[in-house]
Amino acid sequence: MHEFSIASAVVDTAVKHAAGRPVAVVSVRCGRLRQVVPDSLTFAFGLLSRETVCDGARLEIEDVPARLRCDGCAAEWEIELPAFRCPACARTDVTVLSGEELEVESIEVSEQAEEATCIG
Amino acid sequence: MHRVKVRVVEDALDANNTIARANRDDFERHGVTVLNVMSAPGAGKTTLLEAVLREGVGDLRVGVLEGDVQGSLDADRLAHLHIPVTQLNTGNGFGGECHLDANMVRSALPALPLDEIDLLIVENVGNLVCPAEFAIGEDARIMVASVAEGDDKPGKYPLMFRTCELVVVNKIDLLAHTDFSMERFDYYLDAVHPGVERMQVSARTGEGVEDVRAWLARLPDRAEAPA
Repeated sequence: MHEFSIASAVVDTAVKHAAGRPVAVVSVRCGRLRQVVPDSLTFAFGLLSRETVCDGARLEIEDVPARLRCDGCAAEWEIELPAFRCPACARTDVTVLSGEELEVESIEVSEQAEEATCIG
Repeated sequence: MHRVKVRVVEDALDANNTIARANRDDFERHGVTVLNVMSAPGAGKTTLLEAVLREGVGDLRVGVLEGDVQGSLDADRLAHLHIPVTQLNTGNGFGGECHLDANMVRSALPALPLDEIDLLIVENVGNLVCPAEFAIGEDARIMVASVAEGDDKPGKYPLMFRTCELVVVNKIDLLAHTDFSMERFDYYLDAVHPGVERMQVSARTGEGVEDVRAWLARLPDRAEAPA
C-alpha cells in the first residue's frame, strides 16, 4: 500500500530533474527490504505522473537483493524473508550491505535538437 | 527531438528528508525533543498517551500533535489533560494521506507552542506501512503493537519494526484471552530488529505504563547525547 506514497516521491524527483523536458523513461532502484511491489509501483506511477512531464513515461524498476553480513563471523548471505539472523552462527548483529535502496537512478528526457533552438 | 539520459541517483524520499531536517532544526532551536508514535489503527496509541500523560512526564512540559486522516476524536480525548494538543488532518472531506510526512508537520509548526513545551509527541496516522518511510524531523520513534493484532506482526511489517527505538506491546490484559505468545513475538521482533528495547503494558489497567513514562522522561537527555 505504500507504493502510492513512493510513486509520488519518484514522480516529484523525476519532474525536478527533467526541468520541463518530457520524460520517456524513469529508472529506479528498489531494495528488497523496502517491500515495494513492482506492479503496484508501476500502476501508481502511471496514475500520479498524469499531467506532469512524466505522463506516459516508462518506469524501469531494478530489484536490488537484500544482502547481509554477520558482524560476528563475517559470513555474507542474501535473504528472501526479513530475518536478520546469521545462518552460520545464529548471531543477530548484522550489517545490511544492500536492500535498503529507494532511489531514482536516471531519467531519459527528450530534448529539442540544437538547430531548433537557434531559430530566430 | 532526441533522447538524453540524465543521471539522477537521488533517494526518492530526499525531498521529504530535506524538509524533515528543517523541522528538526526548528525543534532543536526551541529546545523541543520530538517523538514519532506509530502503530496500526486501534493498537491503543491514544489510550496509551492518555494513561502516560495523566500524571505528567517528570518535569517535562509535553505537547501533542495528533495526526489523523479526518476529525478530532483523538485530540478531543486528550483535551482533559490540559496540555497543548494540536490536530493535524491529512485530508479534507473524504480520504486523505495514510501517514504524516515532513511537509504536513512543517505546515503545523506555526500552530505548535514550541516555546512552551520540552517534548512534542506526534501521534502518527494508524498504519503499519507508510509512516515508516517518512521522517518528520523526530528524535526517536516508538512503535505500539498490541496483543489483539497477533504475535507475528514484526515479521509481516519489518520496516516499521526496524525503524523504531522502542516497541511497546499494549493490551497485555488480553493475553489470557488470546493465542498471543510473547515468546513468539520476541522471536519475530529479534529477527527483524535484534535487541530493540521493548516494554509490555496495558494502557487500560495501567500495568507497565510507568516504564513508558520513565522512558519518555529520559528522552531529551538521550536525544542530546551524541550518537
